[in-house]
Amino acid sequence: MTNKMSISAKPIMRMKNISKSFSGYTALNDVSLDVFPGEVLCLLGDNGAGKSTAIKVLSGFHEPSSGMMEWEGADVTFDSPRDANERGIATVHQFGGTFPLMSIARSFFVGLEPTKGRGPFKRFDKKYANEVVVREMQALGITRVTDGERLIGSLSGGERQVSAIARAVHFGAKVLILDEPTAALGVKESSHVLRIIMQAKMKGIAVILITHNVTHALTVGDHFAVLIHGEKADDFRRGERTREEIIDLMAGGEAMAELEKEIENLTGGTN
Amino acid sequence: MVTSPKSKFDLGSVIRRPEFGAFIGLLFVYLFFAIFGGEPFTAVGGFASWMNIAAELGIIALPVGLLMIAGDLDLSVGSTLAAGGITAAVLSGFYSLPTWIGIFAGLAFGTLIGFVNGIIIVRTNLPSFVVTLATNFSVFGLILGTCKLLTGTVAVSMKPDPVSKSILGTLLWGQFETAIFLWAGVAVIVSWVLYKSPWGNWIYAIGGDATSARLTGIPVDKVRVILFVCSGFAASLVGVMQTVLYESAQVNAGQSFVFNSIIAVVIGGVSLTGGYGSTVGVILGAMTFAIVNQGIYYTGWESDWASLILGVLLLIAVLTNNTFRRLAIAGRKKKKVHVNDK
Repeated sequence: MTNKMSISAKPIMRMKNISKSFSGYTALNDVSLDVFPGEVLCLLGDNGAGKSTAIKVLSGFHEPSSGMMEWEGADVTFDSPRDANERGIATVHQFGGTFPLMSIARSFFVGLEPTKGRGPFKRFDKKYANEVVVREMQALGITRVTDGERLIGSLSGGERQVSAIARAVHFGAKVLILDEPTAALGVKESSHVLRIIMQAKMKGIAVILITHNVTHALTVGDHFAVLIHGEKADDFRRGERTREEIIDLMAGGEAMAELEKEIENLTGGTN
Repeated sequence: MVTSPKSKFDLGSVIRRPEFGAFIGLLFVYLFFAIFGGEPFTAVGGFASWMNIAAELGIIALPVGLLMIAGDLDLSVGSTLAAGGITAAVLSGFYSLPTWIGIFAGLAFGTLIGFVNGIIIVRTNLPSFVVTLATNFSVFGLILGTCKLLTGTVAVSMKPDPVSKSILGTLLWGQFETAIFLWAGVAVIVSWVLYKSPWGNWIYAIGGDATSARLTGIPVDKVRVILFVCSGFAASLVGVMQTVLYESAQVNAGQSFVFNSIIAVVIGGVSLTGGYGSTVGVILGAMTFAIVNQGIYYTGWESDWASLILGVLLLIAVLTNNTFRRLAIAGRKKKKVHVNDK
């Protein structure tokens, strides 16, 4: 199943020696990443490691200070998030569905409203929007959504993530960037979101999963990159590292070893 | 599949509408003044007196409502109103140019003020509260100084031509201002924009979360600037209308509209933090305001009490609207329990 990846597959998107600095501070330094269709790339790293900057470069929000982005084999510069979006890069943010007081249907189509009629009478096609959103949500296992008029705020955190992913898939995203989709979720909701990620991957979508939850990453990831202080510290495929090695790397190894030793001393002392 | 049946009346969904609180408020103040104001208030004359106030306020409150749904405020509508009126009166009255030139210049000036507000706000990222407050003062100073310099006074009279007069400033049947019809027109346009056009979605999204809205590709800056342009246009339209109706303009006219428009919008159920509200609510809010404002004269009490009633009403409106908003969000769970009961 996961063996679909092969050397011959071409990356849909590449970061080539990308650096990004903000008035003297280097947030990303010479990072290269290959993103393959039908694969989940996990971008791991502690807070402040440069994950957010990487996403913003990938989604067209920031222009890199140096280095080049490649899209479907050709060098590109994204003019705007909209430009990236139109090429098929969809970004779902941490609290996906950030418009709690909008209806599910309106929020699903925000920025890409279906319309009917022409000229000055061009109007939002509410009926179509409601039908689509209910169908898409049901297809992803959110069966209690039967009415697109409900407010986003009435959905749980996991359901909001799912609705945001459903939106991206519906609009034919080729690359789906998920920023900490499980960070604020319980165990059950997290596993639902992870299942949806697998579904998206099976459809041939390239998924970039940003997380600091190693368990979640290992569950769905095919390919992993670890960022530390804005640099790519490691880049490996599924099965090439153990869980402990990854945690060590993310936490900056030494700090973790020190903590373990301390705990050992503490428990040793009481015994 | 299960789609929401439109035909079936659902009390829950009515209560969860953003204008429900405003509707209750309107009903309450109307009955209140119908009881204490008696027959003169409920008669045609009474109706006209508050509808005229509601119309003038409503023309400004509707675009201000859109702005507030998008998360912005416009405190400059007072001076913009005066600027529109004074410009029209100085050109068509003091300099005796044709009426239409004065009217167009007045509207253009108001629109320009809105545009400048919008541009400053999106370029500097300053809160619209501060920028439009500054504009309100600057424009007031500008028109006061200019008007005195040109005409030597702060009130300018003009004699509008019959066509302009009949469109903008006539009393129909001796008591209904033509503003009421313009208000209806503005209401239709603004409602169309908010409910039917994709722009409505963008406005809600910008008010909900401007950053996310930008990330989905919505031209956030453009929308915000255009909304300011609309409120500037509407404010100067009311200024021009008043000038044509009363055949004179005053530099210090309109300042009451700054807070009155916000009161109408908030009573109408628009969230102060943006992202939620309806045009129906704003219309009801403007009516509620006008009823209190005018109804007090029919009670025979000191008119000073009107402000007290409005203040208390505003507070109640914000509190109940918050409650209704929570109900709207929690709506789903309620329904589920309901279904299980059956």
